[in-house]
Amino acid sequence: MASQSGSYFVPAPTAWPFYLTVGLAVMLYGVAEYLNGNGVGSAPIVIGAAIAIYFIFVWYRGIIQESESGKYSAQVDRTYRWGMSWFIFSEVMFFAAFFGALFYARALSLEWLSGSGDGVLTNAYLWAGFEKEWPSNGPAAMGGDFEIIPPWGVPFLNTLILLTSGVTLTFAHHGLREGAPRGRVVAWMWATVALGCIFLFFQAEEYVLAYQELNLTLESGIYGSTFFMLTGFHGMHVTLGTLMLLIITLRLMKGHFKPDSHFGFEGVAWYWHFVDVVWLGLFVFVYIL
Amino acid sequence: MSHAATHDEHHDHGPEAGIMRWIKTTNHKDLGTLYLWFSMIMFFIGGLMSLVIRAELFEPGLQFVQPEFFNQMTTMHALVMIFGGVMPAFVGLANWMIPMMVGCSDLALPRVNNWGFWILPFAFGLLLSTLFMDGGAPAAGWTMYPPLVLQTGDAFPFLIFAIHLMGISSITGAINVIVTILNMRAPQMTLLKMPLFVWSWLITAYLLLAVMPVLAGAVTMLLTDKYFGTSFFTAAGGGDPVMFQHIFWFFGHPEVYILILPAFGIVSTIIPTFARKRLFGYDSMVYAMASIAFLSFIVWAHHMFTVGMPLAAELFFMFATMLIAVPTGVKVFNWIATMWRGSMTFETPMLFALGFVFLFTIGGFSGLMLAIAPVDFQYHDSYFVVAHFHYVLVPGAVFSIIAAIYYWIPKWTGHMYNERLGQIHFWLSAIFINVTFFPQHFAGLAGMPRRIPDYATQFTDWNVISSVGAFVYFVVQFVWAYNMIVNCIMKKGEPATSRVWEGAHGLEWTVPSPAPYHTFEEPPVLDESEVQGAHADEHQHEVQGKPA
Repeated sequence: MASQSGSYFVPAPTAWPFYLTVGLAVMLYGVAEYLNGNGVGSAPIVIGAAIAIYFIFVWYRGIIQESESGKYSAQVDRTYRWGMSWFIFSEVMFFAAFFGALFYARALSLEWLSGSGDGVLTNAYLWAGFEKEWPSNGPAAMGGDFEIIPPWGVPFLNTLILLTSGVTLTFAHHGLREGAPRGRVVAWMWATVALGCIFLFFQAEEYVLAYQELNLTLESGIYGSTFFMLTGFHGMHVTLGTLMLLIITLRLMKGHFKPDSHFGFEGVAWYWHFVDVVWLGLFVFVYIL
Repeated sequence: MSHAATHDEHHDHGPEAGIMRWIKTTNHKDLGTLYLWFSMIMFFIGGLMSLVIRAELFEPGLQFVQPEFFNQMTTMHALVMIFGGVMPAFVGLANWMIPMMVGCSDLALPRVNNWGFWILPFAFGLLLSTLFMDGGAPAAGWTMYPPLVLQTGDAFPFLIFAIHLMGISSITGAINVIVTILNMRAPQMTLLKMPLFVWSWLITAYLLLAVMPVLAGAVTMLLTDKYFGTSFFTAAGGGDPVMFQHIFWFFGHPEVYILILPAFGIVSTIIPTFARKRLFGYDSMVYAMASIAFLSFIVWAHHMFTVGMPLAAELFFMFATMLIAVPTGVKVFNWIATMWRGSMTFETPMLFALGFVFLFTIGGFSGLMLAIAPVDFQYHDSYFVVAHFHYVLVPGAVFSIIAAIYYWIPKWTGHMYNERLGQIHFWLSAIFINVTFFPQHFAGLAGMPRRIPDYATQFTDWNVISSVGAFVYFVVQFVWAYNMIVNCIMKKGEPATSRVWEGAHGLEWTVPSPAPYHTFEEPPVLDESEVQGAHADEHQHEVQGKPA
């Protein structure tokens, strides 16, 4: 497994990562000052984000150029496979923190607030009469009465959309591996990108509905917190995933990727399936149960 | 086949000149050096903060600083030492040594490696700048418990974003280490022939990937609770402040093994060298580390015994925690068995490694005491806890870092340190670290709480001793700095041979000292005599005990 001799690609020195970090730091400084209300304006956020995005672009362009000029051996390919796998593992753990918060609140916090187990006195002195329910915005009814988004409407449709996008992506992948005409592979990819965009559109509609009609907001107690943070971070990942799908679609159209060598494609596909699986968890635990 | 053709066109055999060399470098040795220098600067800053703490605690009453600033010092000291001192030092050692130990040209993702390092100065820039802000630096403790931490002033978002950045740095570094170990080893180097330092880092990197994202999630919840009206940690909204502690310590307990597993790897490397024997129980060392890593995920709530958990949880976390003593005991006994009937010499790295075994074990035993839930009700948040974790972190993790630098710096710079100064450094460090922290056990058992700028007069004697120890220990470290800088880095010391230590085994000792800028561009042939584990001599048992 670790036997490639002498041909591992060692990149030249580069300042891309440094400039990317400068951009990130300026952006975060701007956001921090914005949150503090210190009136430095949006300039640091915009400039920092622009620098960061530009150098992410430059960095990836460099990688694509190296890949297309044949500098990557099979061993480099394995590096990217391992790297992407472990990156996705770390993403899984990020979502695990928020799912953990959801389960903890539902199984323990609300239980104790309503007086079970050691929570008897908490309930008696602080929240007398509070009874566990789900969805809940807590004993103080934070944010006021709200309604939840029914799971079998748009969320179910979104589930079908994401699952379908996984299928179209797999069709594209099979086409690429079997040397199908480029046009057909690209068509499946555009279908996948479109499904990603439709999902995001529906998700945005749902947020508008929640805020305007249902009074379900970030401030709706623990339900609003977990609902919006979980679906929100998932939505950010879908946005990023759709962008990645778009980029590999454009690369396909330029004739990148070969039937036996296309990790750029596969990495994005893995990421998309990961986002898909997270959604299934969300659909079950946030929307249905 | 033509190897040169597959390298990048800019690929050359020496670094470029000036500051841009360091900003642009993708070389694992350059980045290892940067990590280590960064870590030393942070150790210095964090050390100064600890001296503010010890100066204030020299006597009861308020002497030098206000309580608010004192709390900023305890909080920042911990954050700086953990995320800026110990972790980057271990990453620096991994950068330098892992490619040379497994026989590859560089880490698997050199540009990502550069990114992982350069995030750190910016992250700590954000964090340290809070010392000069309205409301001062974060002061709610490094554990950032809500609701107290939500009262932080302007520093709050800077604290959160600094931790996000450190998390990105750790995750990129961990991915790099894992991929390098899994994908870049020399052909004959099977997993169970790897040096234990490499094994320890493989497991550490796995822990980092599993828990740094959880910390990122936890602090993100703090951020939204403070600024966006969420109720994760607010009981009125159905959340729970205790939930933060659970999520934080799900990160926090594996984190303490992130801070000690590489130390196990270092000590397992140094002791066989100076005992001139192969490591005793190589396989069991690997299994012990893997067991510790697994157990680290199911013991977190022993940090919260007093928070009000159901009895079943208290019992589960108590027994699971005590279980960790088993694999840890395996390791300590293996180190001792390695020395049994060895041809021992006591050069400075060996002294620090032995200091580690002895003093880390004290920290381990006080940990076992703290694991016992009913007595932890007495010890919790007392100076006994402070004594415990400083024993595992200073004469534990930090001694191992010092030992590693003494051990490998001749390989890095090509010059030996001054042995006499090294011995002086060790003995003064070993004495004064105990002067500093041993009395804190007594103060804590007698009831002195931690994170308090003032205390009842009956604790005065122990605090005076502890403060004196801390100041002397701090000053003694300059003996080390002088020795390293003048003799090794400025090359005033004796030239080092490529083997450096007569009992040393491993691929890193087969290249010249100083190691060339690029090593192992061709995978080396692994001679069985360089293999640390028992697997090397499955067919030649006589090697056991034979001086090299």
